[in-house]
Amino acid sequence: MNDVLEAIRTALPQAIVELVNNPGPSAQHSLLVGRKDARAVAEFLRDSLGFDFCSNVSGVDWPPRKVKETVLNTEMVDGVEKEIKTTVERDVPGYLEAVYHLYSIRNKTGPVTLRVRTGDRDADVSVHSLTPVWKSADFQEREAFDLFGIRFDGHPDLRRILMWEEFADHPMRKDYMAPDDFEYEPTPHDKILAKVKARTEAA
Amino acid sequence: MSFLPSLESPQTIDVSLGPQHPSTHGVFRMNVTLDGETVTRLQPVFGYLHRNHEKIAEGNSWLAAMPYTDRLDYICPLTNNWAYALAVEKLAGIEVAERAEFIRVITAELTRLQNHVAFLGFVLGDMGAWGTALMYAFREREKILDLFESLTGARMMCNYMRFGGCRCDLPPGWLDTTRKLVDGFPKFLDEMEALLTGNEILLARLQGVAPMTADRAINGGMSGPVLRAAGVDYDIRKVDNYGIYNRFKFRVPRGTVGDCYDRFMIRVLEARESVGILKQAIAVIPEGPVVNPKAKQRGFRPPAGEAYGRIEGPKGELGFYVIADGSDKPYRFRIRPPSLINLTLLEELCVGTKIADVMVILGSIDIVLGEVDR
Repeated sequence: MNDVLEAIRTALPQAIVELVNNPGPSAQHSLLVGRKDARAVAEFLRDSLGFDFCSNVSGVDWPPRKVKETVLNTEMVDGVEKEIKTTVERDVPGYLEAVYHLYSIRNKTGPVTLRVRTGDRDADVSVHSLTPVWKSADFQEREAFDLFGIRFDGHPDLRRILMWEEFADHPMRKDYMAPDDFEYEPTPHDKILAKVKARTEAA
Repeated sequence: MSFLPSLESPQTIDVSLGPQHPSTHGVFRMNVTLDGETVTRLQPVFGYLHRNHEKIAEGNSWLAAMPYTDRLDYICPLTNNWAYALAVEKLAGIEVAERAEFIRVITAELTRLQNHVAFLGFVLGDMGAWGTALMYAFREREKILDLFESLTGARMMCNYMRFGGCRCDLPPGWLDTTRKLVDGFPKFLDEMEALLTGNEILLARLQGVAPMTADRAINGGMSGPVLRAAGVDYDIRKVDNYGIYNRFKFRVPRGTVGDCYDRFMIRVLEARESVGILKQAIAVIPEGPVVNPKAKQRGFRPPAGEAYGRIEGPKGELGFYVIADGSDKPYRFRIRPPSLINLTLLEELCVGTKIADVMVILGSIDIVLGEVDR
């Protein structure tokens, strides 16, 4: 992963790319790519490094959360320097993430994991689509748009894929609440009930 | 708008194929625009079987997602189990018991056999050879499902793999029955080939229909037999060497032009290779525990991190992308469904062909709607 990172940094010096460490035993580290640079980095990976196969595209939802950090401070206590641990709570704003798993069929290497993050979870949810680079991202980006609400700019056909067109929410988000009744629709009885209610309240 | 045909503007007609159609292999719809009998546009419509498997898995414990994976591609539950177990084993760094590795290879190759055999029957059904070929195929498939039943208790919803191994050991006599079945299998494949592959109608319906170049297949994310039919030498069993596949000798069959005939024949050839792997595995399977005793199943809490694990499923690359946050539930649980992604190029393949070929092209890709819609 480090040589891929070095190659990108040499070829595209102005692109924002950083390594995201994976603390688990799988040690599959990933590359966090700036939103504006995703397309250029993807094209470089495909054309120059041979990552011709985009296997998996996945959305991930990270709601706003608090991270506890332990900070070591040196303070003078009774004339002696002491290290005091203080726990600081830091607010991390929420964002959505599109994760791409790339393989090279030509060189039989991989996976290289790309991550692209949106600005927040409500208004600023656009990232560049990589479907023009890898056609295989087509349905999967539509799925991430459908279930997470990530907008992929430049996608040829960005529509809902699994949920129906009239559906308003994004069910894979962590704060999604399923309605009690999916098939609720107002019936004539509702009007009658409202009339009855109004009459009893007036009386 | 005039409905009378004119020479200046040829009349097109929109047809909705499916969702209730015998050749769509489930509830799958295609909005097709036809010019005469030629397809000019095709739009697949998904979601009729959507139950948001990923959300269900994120609300349950790690182990509780295992039986749900059976319901993805319900033709091949054991490979689905393996793919999920493999991803979690990567995530938590669990080693797999030696005997379990062999059982996994044996069950996975049996799954591949019965999937490819069922595929032959389904495709023949799509071409109009309704019934007979399917019954021949299902006769053999049923024998393998009987083996699954005696091993796991269920024909199709097996729920058999566990993190670090398998749920239970092989019942007495199971290996002997399997060996007999595997030894007799090439005879059935010969019979099937003799009946089908030289058949004039079959050749006319398959050869030269919807060819696919290797570059297009790779860029379109094709995987499994569809990718190899286009002439790409890529088998995850060879590339990733997951499990213990590096101990077995087998060849990776490839097509040349990637038309429907290549996609059809590659399944027959792969089934023959699977028979070879099965024979090798049954001959040398060791005794021992079937699950790693250190691996925890209930109350399992993997350390925070993420992993992408993939296997060569019978339909293509089946991957699971899991993120753990240290709790007893997956933070993110994503399935890479080969059936869905192999449909990416469906429109490209179908445009310009006749409407009757659409069913054959769809059949030759081999999808299961439980996995497409999840």
